[in-house]
Amino acid sequence: MSESFLTLRGVAKRFGATQALSGLDLEIRAGELFVVQGPTGAGKTTLLRTIAGLERADSGTITMGGRDLTTLSPAERDVALVFQNFSLYPDWSVRRNLEFPLRAPGRALDEATIGKRVAQAAAILRIEALLDRPARKLSGGEMQRVAIGRAIVREPRLYLMDEPLSNLDAKLREALRVELAVLVRRLGVPMLYVTHDQAEALSMADRIGVLIDGRLQQVGTPREVYSRPVSELVARQLGQPAINVFSAQRSGDRYLAGDGTPLCPAAPDAPSQASIGVRPEHLEISESLAELSGSAARVELVEQAGPHQVIVAHWAGQRVHVLIGRERQLGLGQRVHLRVAPDRAVLWKA
Amino acid sequence: MAKRYPDGNLAVEGVDLSIEAGEFVVLLGPSGCGKTTTLRMIAGLELPTCGSIRLGGRDVTQLRPAQRDVGFVFQFYALYPHLSVAQNIAFPLECSGLAKRQRDEIVERTATRLGLDDLLARRPRELSGGDQQRVALARAMVRKPSVYLMDEPLGTLDGLRRLEMCEFLREQQIAARVTTVYVTHDQEEAMRLADRIVVMSAGRILQAAPPMQVYDEPADRFVAHFVGSPGMNFIAGEVVGNDRFRAEHGGLELPFAPRVEYAGSGVVLGIRPEFLRLSNEGPLRARVIADEDLGSSRALHLDSECGRLVARIAAHDGGRRGEEVRVDFDARGVRWFDAEDGVRLPA
Repeated sequence: MSESFLTLRGVAKRFGATQALSGLDLEIRAGELFVVQGPTGAGKTTLLRTIAGLERADSGTITMGGRDLTTLSPAERDVALVFQNFSLYPDWSVRRNLEFPLRAPGRALDEATIGKRVAQAAAILRIEALLDRPARKLSGGEMQRVAIGRAIVREPRLYLMDEPLSNLDAKLREALRVELAVLVRRLGVPMLYVTHDQAEALSMADRIGVLIDGRLQQVGTPREVYSRPVSELVARQLGQPAINVFSAQRSGDRYLAGDGTPLCPAAPDAPSQASIGVRPEHLEISESLAELSGSAARVELVEQAGPHQVIVAHWAGQRVHVLIGRERQLGLGQRVHLRVAPDRAVLWKA
Repeated sequence: MAKRYPDGNLAVEGVDLSIEAGEFVVLLGPSGCGKTTTLRMIAGLELPTCGSIRLGGRDVTQLRPAQRDVGFVFQFYALYPHLSVAQNIAFPLECSGLAKRQRDEIVERTATRLGLDDLLARRPRELSGGDQQRVALARAMVRKPSVYLMDEPLGTLDGLRRLEMCEFLREQQIAARVTTVYVTHDQEEAMRLADRIVVMSAGRILQAAPPMQVYDEPADRFVAHFVGSPGMNFIAGEVVGNDRFRAEHGGLELPFAPRVEYAGSGVVLGIRPEFLRLSNEGPLRARVIADEDLGSSRALHLDSECGRLVARIAAHDGGRRGEEVRVDFDARGVRWFDAEDGVRLPA
């Protein structure tokens, strides 16, 4: 396990009556791509702005590379912030936009260094051919690359990204999130990336921190947080379609849904009441009881999604989502059998 | 139908499309492909430079929007700020001649379906963006126009809300069968909603077909890459002998080829990520440069001598960033495209 690079201890921030961040503890490791995921209003942007020095925390400490940042100005922190809005100078060439942060007063870089850094960033982002074009002539994806380029030329010690892809088309977002993740690993500089987009968080992160109402609810690898969410709230933040949640009663050695449908085995010391979460891909479907044991369900909707299909069904007294391969042909209203795949239920105390 | 703007920009170039009564058609493509212009011409918000539009047998090309009997849902909700949610939803019914009791009933029923019951007395500014969007949708739905026209109506919703609304729209469509033309850049949304997807690029229709047909038999490379997440992989090469494919870069040879008439000529092999597998006996060596967790599965981005490829694998399968792997091709997933114009070749 590599050492902590950025450390937040008990960071809190209040705006009027709103507690934006409450006693936040967070460690980002050297070279790590850490994604903070959460809904709108969770405090994600406040967190970034506080680390960048654009907001001052009410309490708590922030250290980077062992140095206390709390009282340093934004410029002294040596971090680069990239926003959702590209904020390029539209009439300037791409080159001039990239050079801009390097010509800031106090930087005192010679022309050769500026030229070298711009060339390097352009090569990394594959925008060499665009260098002499005015920014307004670029596509959305190209603009976002230039905005990231403007962060790279500064050679910061930490990248802070505030939903940098959310203004782009779905298809472009999908490509750029991979590009960006590959880039970070190549640069070896840690990145704190905030997004509400669960797919981005799962796809890019070394570790995810789920932030809700100013509190970090869970930190872990994408797989850990997806497979073993600590609460229903966290479980619903990741995965689409959303996790199925049942309120269950223990009856002997198993849990039953409200209508008596058996869900999963219960350990002898398990609580008598629990919430049971089951991911859509962990509900198993069959057209006959001979195929697998289970209980009756009715198909309400079938949605095609390329390599798989999403079945909406009525089961265990509620609406459930089931993700299955594309081979099986099911019709609306069809009677099927469902069960929870062995060992796949997640249990929370009710 | 074509549209040229005064600045010379040809936004839509010869679009021919007929939509059946009750059909849900999705115009899908990247920004600037002409999908929104096409929709606005159907609505009467833009006049075509040439061509005609018929609605239920009636030529509406020169008619004003209000005369066309279309219900338009914009990307950005435009609610009346001084009216309550209930009044906003009821607004299109004001001139319908329905009695107040009937109007109230329709509003209530629509609000219940969209989960807006508790918000009926509120003003728009008291609502979240997502709730405002649903009110806009409810307002479009209380009327029964002959066509719904929707321009990215879910654009501002985030993840789960979006999915819920997709499901809701699909269920509405199955129950009520109102002809709908829906514009989006999101291929996943298109797959879920459409009876038929119309893929557009640079002002033209590239393909119009049911979702899984577009997915399995894409008209060309653009469609094959745009539809599907991640999109289709491509390897350029040529047919050798009459039953083998040899990649242009590197030594990869595969024991399948398109029809015999392409022997000796350049073709592009296309294969979807779920048809690439990691296997010790695989013919292609690659290095994993990114390992994307997709929740229910994973996408491995591979660097190989044939270029970048993506393989979709099960959530718990091996293959991690930095590893060297071997890749195998499932023949069932192989498609062929013309090396010159990218059009799909018959198998």
